[in-house]
Amino acid sequence: MEDESNELASRPLPRLEEMDTKYFWQETRNKRLSYQICENCSKVVFHPRAHCPGCLEGRLSWQASSGRGEIYSFSIVRQSYHPFFRGLIPYVVAWIDIDEGFRVLSNVICSDISLADVKIGSRVELEWEEHEQLCIPLFRLI
Amino acid sequence: MNQKKEAAIVGVYEYPLRKVGGKLSPLQIKAACAVEALKDAGLAWSDVDGIYDAGESGPMSGLTISEYFSVNPSVINTTNVGGSSYEFHSAQARRDIMAGKGNVALLTYGSTAHSSAFSIGTGSRGGNALDPVSNIESFSGMTLVSNYAMVANRHMYDYGTKREAMAEISVVTRYHAMRNPQAVQAMKDLEFLDIRETTIDDVLNSRLIADPLRLLECCMISDGGGAVVIASPEVARDCRKKPIWILGSGEATRYPVRDTDITCTAAVQTGPEAFDEAGISPEEIDVAMIYDSFSITVLTILEDLGFCKKGEGGDWVAGGRLRYEKVSDGPALNTDGGGLSSNHPGMRGIFLLIESVRQLRGESTSQVKEAKLAVAHGNGGMLGSRHSAGTIIMGVD
Repeated sequence: MEDESNELASRPLPRLEEMDTKYFWQETRNKRLSYQICENCSKVVFHPRAHCPGCLEGRLSWQASSGRGEIYSFSIVRQSYHPFFRGLIPYVVAWIDIDEGFRVLSNVICSDISLADVKIGSRVELEWEEHEQLCIPLFRLI
Repeated sequence: MNQKKEAAIVGVYEYPLRKVGGKLSPLQIKAACAVEALKDAGLAWSDVDGIYDAGESGPMSGLTISEYFSVNPSVINTTNVGGSSYEFHSAQARRDIMAGKGNVALLTYGSTAHSSAFSIGTGSRGGNALDPVSNIESFSGMTLVSNYAMVANRHMYDYGTKREAMAEISVVTRYHAMRNPQAVQAMKDLEFLDIRETTIDDVLNSRLIADPLRLLECCMISDGGGAVVIASPEVARDCRKKPIWILGSGEATRYPVRDTDITCTAAVQTGPEAFDEAGISPEEIDVAMIYDSFSITVLTILEDLGFCKKGEGGDWVAGGRLRYEKVSDGPALNTDGGGLSSNHPGMRGIFLLIESVRQLRGESTSQVKEAKLAVAHGNGGMLGSRHSAGTIIMGVD
């Protein structure tokens, strides 16, 4: 029981065996934010997939992002029953438009004081949170 | 107007209690509601030849529900797209009836979300699912409320929408709830504080759950259930009450890609389709039953259904326009009290149909005078990321 509650009190981590996202998470060990481009139709693909949703001759290749972008929208979470996130309150959840043309869901980490500086359109960059087997792509205001 | 009156809602029932406290299972609530809806229609179990089920009471529900109800359906449909599943079921039941595949469709819903203490809105999305989307998003701790709050924030940013405008949705919904004894009892049973009509200030002074959404802009989590019976014209003619015709429908999904405008819901697709099919325009609608998981859900959907222009919803809803007395043009909104103040056990879509039918029969506790046309619009999943939309337009003879 104690182990279980300790596990719940940490950030929920992705599972490395998930087939579509396996490479994405492997690359986070090198602090690379990966996305896909189809070499046939040039579609930018995110979340990762094995097939191209833009054409039927899809050849997806992996690219490394600059990790910079801007906040498309966000919310400040004031209530959560999750044992880990409860301890983070208030925290920022945001959709971030990455410069290379894809949108990710993440957190913008900042102090309680700088919460007021988080705005739609704010420029952000990656800030990796290190874990044993992978890193989590969080963002901070530039 | 060339309306097809080829399938009608002939029986409805909303489970009256919102807190069953371990006394009933979801399956039992479904059956209890089915019994009452069939009685309402003047039909029997043996008349049912179509089962529509979202599977909320267990896996392989197409099988289990048939046996539990002891019916022998020739159409078995287990579409689950979240809270709008019942609008999808209605659209599909109508098509099945029009195709001659069945005569009496039964839709049921049962949930003990409150008693089971699901923290639907603030639980943060799970961490253990092994699908690619969950696996790449759940580290963020996005709660359901914050997902919708991101839609609200962007709507405010793009269109200058004020918090007061979103609060108006909560105020009018509570206004209707206070006239509905079941809704008042629901709020008592779920231990709402200070149960009364609210003002915009009340909403804006309630505590923030996920900026900019506040407590009184978030739906309740109740137990509950309901049932709807849809029949062919031949059956409908002999039912106890007048048929409420399904005149048009639309079904759609929407999901995030780069450049997705999250202030636009899948109603931009379902609305025109449903209104075109019904041969009417939004201005003709008397009653709008719009899925009110949150205030912003209603504001965006009203715009996308075409009641007003995109981005103008804030000004449009002001001044009590959506009250049942119809002080100006525009439909009455969520006259049962909505998910905000009457009933939200997780998938509210069935109640949108039920209250629409009550209105068109003249049975609502906030009755719109001579109501002839209603729209029910369900939203499933999460508005700010991936969601489903189902629109059903109903009318009287």
